[in-house]
Amino acid sequence: MTTLLIFIIVLFVAIAIWQMVKIFDLAQIGGSSNQVASDKDNTFNGYMMIGFLIFIYAITIASFVYLGDLPLVSNSASAHGPGLDNLMIISMILIFIVQTITQFLLHYFAFKYKGEKGRKALFYADNNTLEAIWTIIPVIVLAGLIIYGLFTWNDIMNIDEDEDPMVIELYAQQFNWKARYSGADNVLGKANVRLIDIDRANILGVAEDDINAQDDVIVTELHLVVDKPVLFKMRSQDVLHSAYMPHFRAQMNCVPGMVTQFGFTPTVTTAEMRQNPDIQDKVANINELRLENREEIEERGQDLRYEFDYLLLCNKICGKSHFNMQMKIIVETQEEYDAWMATQKTFPNSLLN
Amino acid sequence: MSATAEIHDHDDHDVHHHKETFVTKYIFSQDHKMIAKQYLITGTIMGVIGVLMSLMFRMQIAWPEKPNVLFEALLGKWAPEGVMDADIYLALVTIHGTIMVFFVLTAGLSGTFSNLLIPLQIGARDMASGFLNMISYWLFFLSSVIMVISLFVEAGPAAAGWTIYPPLSALPMAQGGSGMGMTLWLVSMAIFIASSLLGSLNYIVTVINLRTKGMSMTRLPLTIWAFFVTAIIGVISFPVLLSAALLLIMDRSFGTSFFLSDIFIQGEVLHYQGGSPVLFEHLFWFLGHPEVYIVLLPALGITSEIIATNSRKPIFGYRAMVASILAIAFLSTIVWGHHMFISGMNPFLGSVFTFTTLLIAIPSAVKAFNYITTLWKGNLQLNPAMLFSIGLVSTFITGGLTGIILGDSALDINVHDTYFVVAHFHLVMGISALYGMFAGIYHWFPRMFGRMLNKNLGYLHFWVTAICAYGVFFPMHFIGMAGLPRRYYTNSNFPLFDDTADANVVITMFALIGGVFQLVFLYNFFRSIFYGKKAEQNPWRSNTLEWTAPVKHMHGNWPGKIPHVYRWSYDYSKPGHDEDFVPQNVPMKEGEEELHH
Repeated sequence: MTTLLIFIIVLFVAIAIWQMVKIFDLAQIGGSSNQVASDKDNTFNGYMMIGFLIFIYAITIASFVYLGDLPLVSNSASAHGPGLDNLMIISMILIFIVQTITQFLLHYFAFKYKGEKGRKALFYADNNTLEAIWTIIPVIVLAGLIIYGLFTWNDIMNIDEDEDPMVIELYAQQFNWKARYSGADNVLGKANVRLIDIDRANILGVAEDDINAQDDVIVTELHLVVDKPVLFKMRSQDVLHSAYMPHFRAQMNCVPGMVTQFGFTPTVTTAEMRQNPDIQDKVANINELRLENREEIEERGQDLRYEFDYLLLCNKICGKSHFNMQMKIIVETQEEYDAWMATQKTFPNSLLN
Repeated sequence: MSATAEIHDHDDHDVHHHKETFVTKYIFSQDHKMIAKQYLITGTIMGVIGVLMSLMFRMQIAWPEKPNVLFEALLGKWAPEGVMDADIYLALVTIHGTIMVFFVLTAGLSGTFSNLLIPLQIGARDMASGFLNMISYWLFFLSSVIMVISLFVEAGPAAAGWTIYPPLSALPMAQGGSGMGMTLWLVSMAIFIASSLLGSLNYIVTVINLRTKGMSMTRLPLTIWAFFVTAIIGVISFPVLLSAALLLIMDRSFGTSFFLSDIFIQGEVLHYQGGSPVLFEHLFWFLGHPEVYIVLLPALGITSEIIATNSRKPIFGYRAMVASILAIAFLSTIVWGHHMFISGMNPFLGSVFTFTTLLIAIPSAVKAFNYITTLWKGNLQLNPAMLFSIGLVSTFITGGLTGIILGDSALDINVHDTYFVVAHFHLVMGISALYGMFAGIYHWFPRMFGRMLNKNLGYLHFWVTAICAYGVFFPMHFIGMAGLPRRYYTNSNFPLFDDTADANVVITMFALIGGVFQLVFLYNFFRSIFYGKKAEQNPWRSNTLEWTAPVKHMHGNWPGKIPHVYRWSYDYSKPGHDEDFVPQNVPMKEGEEELHH
């Protein structure tokens, strides 16, 4: 109903604008019909430029006030997260300084030098010193950013095998995620989609006779051990997907026909993160919003109360239900993890005969 | 043909009199000015379709899964009881992107202004080949028609995103839109590319060969430099997309495995083996990234011209402007990998592409600062075209700066494919290029139709559009940094993102207002074609040659001799002259120097 009303309002507004424009247009035919900007137009639009500059600053400030809590630039849950957040904050500060200054100059000049009849502009075609200045300054700044960025990137992407990371396979299919733990040998059994046997519940196409596959464990909820490095090997069985774990500042595409990888070390358990004051504020705010939309949420059959959890989302368009392809991630202590793992079936035991 | 060729070859030929029928004048015209208008009108119609689609999916994002009579009326079976279907949501997103990037901002922008301005500004009687130019337009028309037809096929139009990554786009069982809809999309794009190549080759040949006497490359207006370089990038990169499209057609219809391997879908293993989707990504973005500049450079060229004319000042740093166009063009062909940092390609390649990508910020910064310096101590005539040009510089800066984050492979990890990206590229190429197109229309409308657009409606159009553009895309950065992925039909399955819902409603409101206010422009445009005030010969007191030619429809542009050129196009407010402009065809006074060399 609301959308119907909104649509009708939009329609009426459209008609009203069309009519107003027509009147507006017809009304001035008798008067000055010169369609080139006059001094009056220049003055009006010059002041509008200042107004617009204020608008840009205002929407920036408003965005920070109302949406400033949203950006994921703090409270990362992985070892490489703070470094990446730092780089993000430095880049953002830089951007805001440049943005504030250049937008000021652009709009202020547009106001200050608004045209007047009879005034002549300054014939000023070139200045090599100025050109050199605003070539060299960006060069220096960007050199810094590039170097910092590449160190961060290499640090994240180079996986140190000496750390003996826990190897886990992330397996994507339209429209859900599975995870396969490599077990005590920390080696994943061979797998290929051609080995998929739905009747035997071998849904990941794991080679049944591979010795390394015997202790593999396939699950639908990802459990990680705090402070223990993990190396994800990613596969997809059908189309491109992307394993996006925003809280860990981690993402990698899953590509049919090849294995991709991403590694990180989780540093904060789910329980600890739920105790984080920032996260508690965020969750409280979300729960307040959910209470306002109680009816809708219950209609959809969802839990009204939201509790913080790490998530793995699909972030590459993958078809109709792309918007609902997710897996819960739980970061816990070694003991909790061992207790959970003990309740899981190994791959051979999960097969049907 | 021979008769026309003769006419065009002779410099001093008088008005010529071959008979024009309605068909040769308005439909199968070989006259560049008419072809420009055809591109503009077709592009405008496609633009209306593209914008309407965006308003529909914005409403779905703001009020997910709510019945909406607009959906019911326009989407038919795709909106049972007025609730938008998830498949058609993706299709709308896909076709919106395709139409806006290719049909509006490539063909609509380059097609219109390259055609109109290249012969007129360099002093040529027409394009090098009027016939190829005509074919180019009609191929574009054909591809537009096929793209629109694809909206009506049974299983729905292409819905794999405008980047049509396989396997999603290759397998009809992966998605309804990957059946006949995708076939038509690929056919349409293949024809579109042929059209674009014919056009681009024509532009290049014309600029190189048909400049009038005295029009050296260093006296070319920056518009022509931009169109010229754009055409070169197009010729280099569009064929690669054509090959990608052809290989994808082979995979889809003839069982090859260029992009596909090891696929299990809907209970069966497919035969594909050995291909790689990453190869497609490379081929796609080898066009896809230069495409950004194919869209943007003409807009920047138009802006350079309009800012200089309306500031009554020479463009600041002409040589630096040309150099930065060339630098951007060169760099644009070696940065495509920044779309693929997390595609699974070797991280070392990611480092290389980070390096080349961030280098683009340097020529971009030079351009922005030069625009600002051009305004300094000018005598700014704030015509609607000038407002859109200043608006372009503003959105180019705002959108360009966030490129520093996205181009940095490490930072890209967490904002890749989120709304942060959507905000970035809409500001830096979408809105900027659209502003360039609007600026061009307001500025050259008198040249095209001999009449003026109403300036007050132009002001109304600009200010509402400018406010709404920031209203839509500025807050979008924040919800992107919250990790909200793009192309989600609804976010309601992620309570995590509940706190972005209000921002999404605000964004949609701005989009609706901005969208509806484009009616002001459409009204102004179509009404002024017939009833606008008659334009003077040179209403903006501009230096370039197009304002010396009569507006009256005629083949050959100038009755009598083609004007010769004696100076660059930026002698505004030059000391020693009474007027504040000196057209290019005015000979140098005794002792006068060409200062920009």
